Amino acid sequence: MSTATADLHDAPAEPGVNYLNASYGIRSWLLTLDHKRIGLLYLAAITFMFLVGGVAAVMVRMHLIEPQGALFEPETYNKMFTTHGIMMVFFFLIPSIPATLGNFLIPLMIGARDVAFPKLNLMSWYVFMIGASLAVFGTLAGGVDTGWTFYPPYSAAYSHTNVAVVALGIFIAGFSSILTGLNFIVTIHKMRAPGMTWFRLPLFIWGMYATSLIFVLGTPVIAITIFLLGLERILHVGIFDPAVGGDPLLFQHLFWFYSHPAVYIMILPGMGVISELVTAFARKKIFGYSFVAFSSLSIAVISFVVWGHHMFVTGQSIYAGLVFSVLSYLVAIPSAVKVFNWTATLYRGSVSYEAPMLYALGFIGLFTIGGLTGLFLASLATDVHLNGTYFIVAHFHYVMVGGAVMAYLGGIHYWWPKITGRLYPDIWARIAAAIIFVGFNLTFFPQFMLGYLGMPRRYAVYPAEFQVLNVLSSAGASILGIGYVIPLVYLIWSMRYGPVASSNPWKAKGLEWTIPSPPPTENFAEIPIVTEDAYNYPVADAHAYPDAPGVARV
Amino acid sequence: MAAHSAHPPGFAHQFETVAQQREAGTLGMWVFLVTEILFFGGMFTSYIIYRSLHLHSFIQGSHELIVKFGATNTAVLIFSSLTMALAIRTAQVGKSKGQIIFWLILTMILGAAFIAIKLRYEWYRDYVEGLIPGVSWLDGGTHTPGVKMFMCFYFFMTGLHALHMVVGLGILTVLVIMTARNKFSSQYYAPLEISGLYWHFVDIVWIFLFPLLYLIGGRYPGS
Amino acid sequence: MMGLIQSGVGSLAAMIPIQPAAASSIARGVDRLYLVLSGITAFFTVLIFSIIFVFMIKYRRRSDGEKSAETHTPLAVELTWTIIPSLICAVLFVWSAALYVQNARPPASSTEIFVIGKQWMWHLQHSEGPREINELHVPVGVPIKLTITSQDVIHDFYIPAFRVKKDALPGRYTSLWFQATETGTFHLFCAQYCGTNHAEMIGWVYVMSPTDYAAWLAGGEKTESLAQQGERLFTQFGCDSCHTGEAGAQAPSLAGVYGKPEKMANGETRIVDESLISQAIWVPTSVHLPNYKSIMPTYQGQVDSEQMVRLIAYVKSLSSQERNGK
Repeated sequence: MSTATADLHDAPAEPGVNYLNASYGIRSWLLTLDHKRIGLLYLAAITFMFLVGGVAAVMVRMHLIEPQGALFEPETYNKMFTTHGIMMVFFFLIPSIPATLGNFLIPLMIGARDVAFPKLNLMSWYVFMIGASLAVFGTLAGGVDTGWTFYPPYSAAYSHTNVAVVALGIFIAGFSSILTGLNFIVTIHKMRAPGMTWFRLPLFIWGMYATSLIFVLGTPVIAITIFLLGLERILHVGIFDPAVGGDPLLFQHLFWFYSHPAVYIMILPGMGVISELVTAFARKKIFGYSFVAFSSLSIAVISFVVWGHHMFVTGQSIYAGLVFSVLSYLVAIPSAVKVFNWTATLYRGSVSYEAPMLYALGFIGLFTIGGLTGLFLASLATDVHLNGTYFIVAHFHYVMVGGAVMAYLGGIHYWWPKITGRLYPDIWARIAAAIIFVGFNLTFFPQFMLGYLGMPRRYAVYPAEFQVLNVLSSAGASILGIGYVIPLVYLIWSMRYGPVASSNPWKAKGLEWTIPSPPPTENFAEIPIVTEDAYNYPVADAHAYPDAPGVARV
Repeated sequence: MAAHSAHPPGFAHQFETVAQQREAGTLGMWVFLVTEILFFGGMFTSYIIYRSLHLHSFIQGSHELIVKFGATNTAVLIFSSLTMALAIRTAQVGKSKGQIIFWLILTMILGAAFIAIKLRYEWYRDYVEGLIPGVSWLDGGTHTPGVKMFMCFYFFMTGLHALHMVVGLGILTVLVIMTARNKFSSQYYAPLEISGLYWHFVDIVWIFLFPLLYLIGGRYPGS
Repeated sequence: MMGLIQSGVGSLAAMIPIQPAAASSIARGVDRLYLVLSGITAFFTVLIFSIIFVFMIKYRRRSDGEKSAETHTPLAVELTWTIIPSLICAVLFVWSAALYVQNARPPASSTEIFVIGKQWMWHLQHSEGPREINELHVPVGVPIKLTITSQDVIHDFYIPAFRVKKDALPGRYTSLWFQATETGTFHLFCAQYCGTNHAEMIGWVYVMSPTDYAAWLAGGEKTESLAQQGERLFTQFGCDSCHTGEAGAQAPSLAGVYGKPEKMANGETRIVDESLISQAIWVPTSVHLPNYKSIMPTYQGQVDSEQMVRLIAYVKSLSSQERNGK
C-alpha cells in the first residue's frame, strides 16, 4: 500500500526493530516506560475487567427472562448487577479509551517520543492494577450488593457485603485516573512537535484534553467521598448517617459531582475517536474543526454543573431542580453540534466502509438516540416518572455502550494495524459490527418501553406484564454477547496470523501514520515539523485552499 | 541521541530541551496541586455544610481543641516554608551543597516538629480524653453526637494533612540524598523547586484548617 | 415512535404493552410532553440515519485513489444547527418546568396521608387513623398529599399510573400529591434500590369511589385519629412536662408553630416543618432556639418513625386548632 508518507523520515536506526520486539520477557513489559507498551498493559487489564463485567451482565439478563427470576436469589442478583456496574464503569469504561488508545496515541499524534512523565505513567498502571485487584477480590470473596452508586445509609450501615474493600479499590483506581489525566495535560501542553499548534491538533487530542480536565478536577472529589463512606462504614461515625445528624443526600451531591462528569469521561474520548474515523474513511477535512474542538471543552465544563439532575425526586428544592434542568439541556447543544458536523463531514467525501467506519456510523446513530433520550430526563416533569426506571438504564447504555464502547471498538480496529503491525479479516469485523448493532438495539430499545411502563430498575423479580419486553431484551443481550466475542477471537488470531500491515493501510492523515507499523520505541527518528492542519486530505478539484496554507509536508 | 549528550544529569530522553523538561515538571506539579485542592475541597465543603447545620455542636467541639498548640504549629509551618524557600534560593544562586542540605534538614526538623506536637499534645490527649470517634470515644457529658461529627471532621482533615506532611518529609529526604550526590546546580534545580511548591501547598492547607477548626465560632467574643 | 409501533405491527402491539395506565390529573400532561419528546427523538434519529444513508450511497468511494471534493464550513450552517437545537431545548425546558412546578405544589385542600418506607414494606397512616401495609386506599377525585419518610435507608415511593415519584429519606419528610381520575387498582413500587428484597417492596393502590371509600374507612377497626394518638404519646414520653405551653416554661410552646418561620440560635431562620420537628426530637442539639437552654435529651431509639409521624400530626393539629379558634 502507500509508502509515500512512511518514507518521509529517516528509517529507524535498526530496520525491523519496533517497540514490540525491542526487548523480550515479562520483565521488559512489567518495567517498561514506553507509553505504547503501557497502553497495551492497560488493554489487557481492561479487557479482563470487561469480561468480568460482561459475564455479570449476561447473568443479569438471563435471570430476568422470568418474572420470578430464573437463576438466583434476590441477594445474588443484587450482587450481579452491582458487579456489572462497578466493573464496567470504574474499571472498563473510565479507563477504556484514555488509558489504552490515549496512552498509545497521544505522543504519536502530537509528535513526541513519550508522555511527559513515563515513570508516573507506569505507576498509574500499577495503581490501577492494585485497585482492580481489590475490587475483583472483594467481588469473588462474597461480592457487594449496593449498586455501583453506593448510596448511604444502605451502603454505610445496612449492607452486610464487602463494601469497604471494593470502595477502597475504586478509591485507589481513582488515583490512576488522576495521574493519567495529569500526565496527558502536561504532555499535550508541553510535548507538541514544532508547528503542532493547538488548532492543528487532531480532534482525538482535544477529546483527550477535555477528558483529562475532568479526570483531574472530578476524580479527587469522588475519591474523598468514597473515602468518607469507607471511614463511616469502618468506624461507625456518622458523616452521611441521619441518625446522628448526617445527611445522606450530601453523598449523592458529592458522588454525582464526579460521576456525572465521569459519563463524559466515557463519551468525550469516544467522540475524539469518531472524529478521526469519519475523516479517515471519508478522506476529508472535518466539517467545522473549531466547533467540534470547542464543543468538547464546553461539554467538559458544563458537565460539572449538571449533577443535580440525578436528584430531581429526592425532594431538593423546586428552584434547584429548575436550575439543574436548564443546565442539563445546555449539554445537549454541543453534543448536537458534534453529530451534525460528523454527518456533514461525509458530504462530498470519498466514503468507504471498512469495519472501523461501520462502528463510527453506528456510534453516530446510537449516540443520537442516547443523547436525545437524555432530554426526557433533563425535563423535570417526565424525569419524575422515568427516574429510577429502566428508561434510565436504556438511556445510559445507549450513551455508554452504543456510544463509548462502539467508539472504543472502532478505535481499536482503526489503530490495530498500527498497534500490532497486523491486519485483521475485515469481513469478520464488519459482520461483528453488524451483529453488535442489531444485538444492542434489541437489548436496550425494549428497556425504554419498560421504563415508560414504570418498571423500576434493580428488580430481581417483576410483575408478569413486563415479561415480553424483558425476554426481548435478554434475547438481544445474547446476540450482543456473541458480537463482542467475535472481535476478541479474530483480533487475537490476527496478532500471529494476520497479514503484515503497512505503515498506513487506510491512507489516513496524522503523524501516527507517518511512522512504521508497529512504531519503533523512540516513535520518531527525528521529531517531525508540522506544517499543515489536521485532516488535510488532498481534494479532487485542487484549486487554492484559503484556510490551509501549508500543503507540502515537512 | 548523541546530540543530547551535553545535557545535565536528570535529563530524560522524552524531552527535547532542558527548558521543556523543567516547564513540564512545573506544570505537572501545578496540575497536581489543583487536584489536591479539589481533594481537600470536598472535605472543606462538607465541613462547612455540616457546620451550618450543627453550629452549636461544632462550636462546642471546637472548644475541645487547644488553640496554643494549633498556633504553635502554624508558626512552625510558616517558618518551614521560609526554610524551604531558602533551600531553593541557595541552590539557585549556586551555593555549596552543604548549605542546601542545611536548609533542607532544617525544613525537615520543623516538619517533624509539627507532627510531633500534633501527636503528643493534641491527638494523644484526645485519645486519653475519649475524643477520637471510632477509636476511643466516651459518650455523655459534652461529647454529644454533634461534637462527635465535629471530631470526625477534625481527624479526617488534620489526618489527611498530616499524611501530606509525612509524604513531604519523604520527598525532602530524597532531595537531601540527591543534593549530597551533586545532582543539583544553579542550572538544574527543578526537583527542589517543584517539591517546594508541594511543601508550600501543604502549609497553605493548614493556614485554612487552623482558623476553620480552632478559631472561628465564639471562642473570641466580638470576632 | 410509540404511534408507529402501535399502528404498524398490530399483532405484536397486542402482546407488548405500550402505554401505562394514566389515572391521575397530571398523567395526561406528562404523557403529552413524553409524546412530543418521543416525536423529536424519532425525527432527529430518522433524519441523521437517512442523511448518513444517502451520503453512504452517493459519496461511496469508487476507486482506491479517489479524492474527496472540497467543501467549506460556512459559519451560517454551524450557527443554524447550534441555534435550532437551542430553541427546541428552550421550549422544552419551559414546558416541562411549568408542568413540574404545577405538579409539585399540593392544593391546600389536600387530604394528608403519611408514608413510612422501611426494609422492605410501605407503612401508610391515614389522618383519620387507619393504617395499611403495602396497600393504599384513596378516593377518586380528591387531592391527596403524601408525606413520606423512611425508617432506615433511602426508598422511593412510585405510582407509575399517577406519574408521581418521591424519595423516602431517613430523618426527613418529603411530599408528593396526586388526584386520581379513575377508579381501579394500580401498581405501587419502590424505585430506589434499598437492599435484598427491594423488588418485593411493592404494593397496590386502590382508587375507590367516594362512597366505597367512606365505607372502607368506616369498615375498619375503630381507631383514634393520628393527632389523638400523637397527643397520647406526647404525654407518655413526658414531652408535656417541659413543653407546657405556658409562658416562662423550660421549653417553647408548640401551639401554632407549624408552618411558621422560627429564628434559631445561630441566627438562621427555619420553617417549622415535618423534618424540623423530627430533628428536634431525634437530634435536639441541631435545633437550638435562642432564649432556651439546650437541655432537651435525644429521643433517638425511643421514638420510632411511626410514633414520630403521630407526634408530628399532633403538633400540626395544634396549629390548625389555633387557626380554628381565632
